[in-house]
Amino acid sequence: MSNELDYLSRRVAAGKLNRRDFLGRAAALGVSASFANSLLSGAARAAGPVKGGTLKAGLVGGESTNSLDPALMMTQVPFAFGKCWGEMIVELSPDGKLENRIAEEIGSSDDAKVWTLKIRDGVEFHNGKTVTAEDVAATLERHSDEKSKSGALGYMKGIETIKASGKEVVLTLKEANADLPYLLSDYHLIVQPNGGKDKPDAGISAGPYKVATNEPGVRHGGERFANYWQGDKMGHADQIEVIVINDATARTAALQGGQVNMINRVEPKIVDLIKRVPGVTIRNHAGPGHYVFIMHCNTAPFDNNDLRMALKLAIDREEMLTKVLRGYGSLGNDFPINSSYPLFTDIEQRKYDPDKAKFHYKKSGHDGTVLLRTSDVAFPGAVDASQLFQQSAAKAGIKIELKREPGDGYWNEVWNKQPFCASYWGGRSTQDQMYSTAYLSTADWNDTRFKRPDFDKMVLAARAELDEAKRKQMYHDMAVMVRDEGGLILPMFNQFIDATGAKVDGWVDDPHQELMNGYALAKCWLQA
Amino acid sequence: MSSPILKLIAQRIALGILLLLAISVLIFAGTQILPGDVAQAILGQSATPESLANLREQLGLNDPAYVRYFHWLGGVLTGDLGTAMSSGQDIATSIKGRLWNTLFLAFWAAIVAVPLAIILGLIAVRYRNGWVDKLISGLALASTSFPEFFVGYLLVYFFAVHWQIFPAISTVYDGMPFGERMQAIALPAAALTLVVLAHMMRMTRAAILNVMQSAYVETAELKGLSAFSVIRKHAFPNAIAPIINVVMLNLAYLIVGVVVVEVIFVYPGMGQYLVDHVTKRDVPVVQAVGLIFAAVYISLNIIADIAAIVANPRLRHPK
Repeated sequence: MSNELDYLSRRVAAGKLNRRDFLGRAAALGVSASFANSLLSGAARAAGPVKGGTLKAGLVGGESTNSLDPALMMTQVPFAFGKCWGEMIVELSPDGKLENRIAEEIGSSDDAKVWTLKIRDGVEFHNGKTVTAEDVAATLERHSDEKSKSGALGYMKGIETIKASGKEVVLTLKEANADLPYLLSDYHLIVQPNGGKDKPDAGISAGPYKVATNEPGVRHGGERFANYWQGDKMGHADQIEVIVINDATARTAALQGGQVNMINRVEPKIVDLIKRVPGVTIRNHAGPGHYVFIMHCNTAPFDNNDLRMALKLAIDREEMLTKVLRGYGSLGNDFPINSSYPLFTDIEQRKYDPDKAKFHYKKSGHDGTVLLRTSDVAFPGAVDASQLFQQSAAKAGIKIELKREPGDGYWNEVWNKQPFCASYWGGRSTQDQMYSTAYLSTADWNDTRFKRPDFDKMVLAARAELDEAKRKQMYHDMAVMVRDEGGLILPMFNQFIDATGAKVDGWVDDPHQELMNGYALAKCWLQA
Repeated sequence: MSSPILKLIAQRIALGILLLLAISVLIFAGTQILPGDVAQAILGQSATPESLANLREQLGLNDPAYVRYFHWLGGVLTGDLGTAMSSGQDIATSIKGRLWNTLFLAFWAAIVAVPLAIILGLIAVRYRNGWVDKLISGLALASTSFPEFFVGYLLVYFFAVHWQIFPAISTVYDGMPFGERMQAIALPAAALTLVVLAHMMRMTRAAILNVMQSAYVETAELKGLSAFSVIRKHAFPNAIAPIINVVMLNLAYLIVGVVVVEVIFVYPGMGQYLVDHVTKRDVPVVQAVGLIFAAVYISLNIIADIAAIVANPRLRHPK
């Protein structure tokens, strides 16, 4: 890059030269317009965040039944808005490490049973009070209480005592858990004054934005919180707004029309069309989410491992990835972990093998059809995927009968109730969380009815193991067990596909959740 | 106005109230027949027998159905619609804003659609069987035959994405300036207008054409009145009853049938509110919304009836 161009682009970034003049001068220097433009955006990033303006997101996943109570957050809109007004004890950074927030330091005893959180000084709630160790302790207490109906209750049950003393919170666990800091990054655990015990849905925490409007299912708005403790890193726009747009076409149109600056869940089948729209950038990246077909290991005919294996071999993963996800994903290998997890190890890829499937099917002694329940809501394209499965299985001599269930009530009546159905998982931040949520014998959401005492022991042992190499081996063994003996057919991991409009800058892909793990509104800014 | 007509009107209103009561029974019974009870719906997957029993006690679900019905009805009559199970908010408060939004959209759609439909109907009669008539009918029927979401997406594509005249999403909120609000609802109101237009237009045309066959219209024509004067002075007043009926039906549709349009344009009205709560099995809200929709339908029908009575000399002066 010539020095002159470099100088000019910095002038533009600093607002001393307008874009048109820059492009003119660049052309005079014999530079193509597209290259000059890319120089500009590079310079804007180098110049750092721009303060001001209103950032708007149009998101699917909000209902008029939503509440600001962090314990009850389940869908994407409360999640993303929560990351704007809430502040966490600890958070996952985009590179998979832990980022200390309200906890300045986290330490544990050698046996990983007693954990100490040192609370950061000078963090202020939106109501002007300072965040204390008592507030953090009260937050954790509330989420450990059955009555709060918290989405984090499952993990919180593992904490035996919570004590605040001075600037520290001391947690004693029932059983050792080397992953505790990861569990504390659960998005439900937003720190509230007195833990939100007084008014759980007050919407007060210590995040970069104060709640300004809250109309569940319609829109949520935030004003920048002047006393945010790390205002240089987050909270660039003056206001942020989340508009609930559950209809995919409307969401895309709103982005194209410029009413919103970013949207989530672009459908894979329209990604290529959206890419061509000027100013729109597709932000797709891998995450832990996956699409599955689940069999109950304890219900006939799926209680036979040969039949399960036959079905696992009778699915054409490559075809499904290209046709259903249009390549926006990666192949699954019948265990719920991929490279987005720490301590992941590769295992040989299972492939479509009609002959082997036929062999196992014969060995299972099963006769007649296998009933697979599916629905549009199981995952985007689930009905198509089920039909592909039906066809690939037919080539192996396995007859799959499809039953299309209504979307309304699918999660109450079919998933986790019927022995064979299509479903999805959003994934978790650690392998322990994933296995504890859905593969422990005692887990409520053990949707494959994989009940193996030997596996349970492995989960608990890995949880307490602090030696990383040993732990990695343990997770490898667990993955092999689920892959070869479990009830999970996992053809593909999906990607998060978000999109941003013109002028949005500061985007960093984050493997944990869509929209930069929910921080897109808080961390992005609008170019001047 | 004479007393028999007042009596007729009073009768209609009394009938309407009776009907509404009957519907409230139906709504209540319907939600009772649904599998599982409210307590099960609230606790969902995590239900244990003890927590179920506790919650049933707390919600008064152990009382016999008729006691619960009168309890509910009493609440409704005093303006207390209960609280939503899913979010714990007061239903009456949250419905108020939504209902207002729905009425606002319906009002402006009606302001455009009703006169437009009637005028187009009159023009179609004036040039009946000519190319103008055929063009009007053809276009109106086409716009009605397309499903609402298709009409909606077409409008969005051209007016929001391509030309960027109107916003693609119609989120409105309290304290929004009137001008912005009108701009926001332009596209959904247009979509609704296109959907209801043909029905009213065709009915106007048919009703007037019917009257046009009568002897007094012929007389008027022979008197030398212009075609439009004949329609305006002689045909239209006598065709007004069926037109009012169809207009009222369409107004009711604008209020209770706009779920799809609300979803496409992300408009925070009653339809979206109802759908959200149906999927959550939030029975108190579903009951409340059902009742409000029924009330809207019945009152618009009463108004249609009354207008037809008032407009009809034979009903106005019964022998």
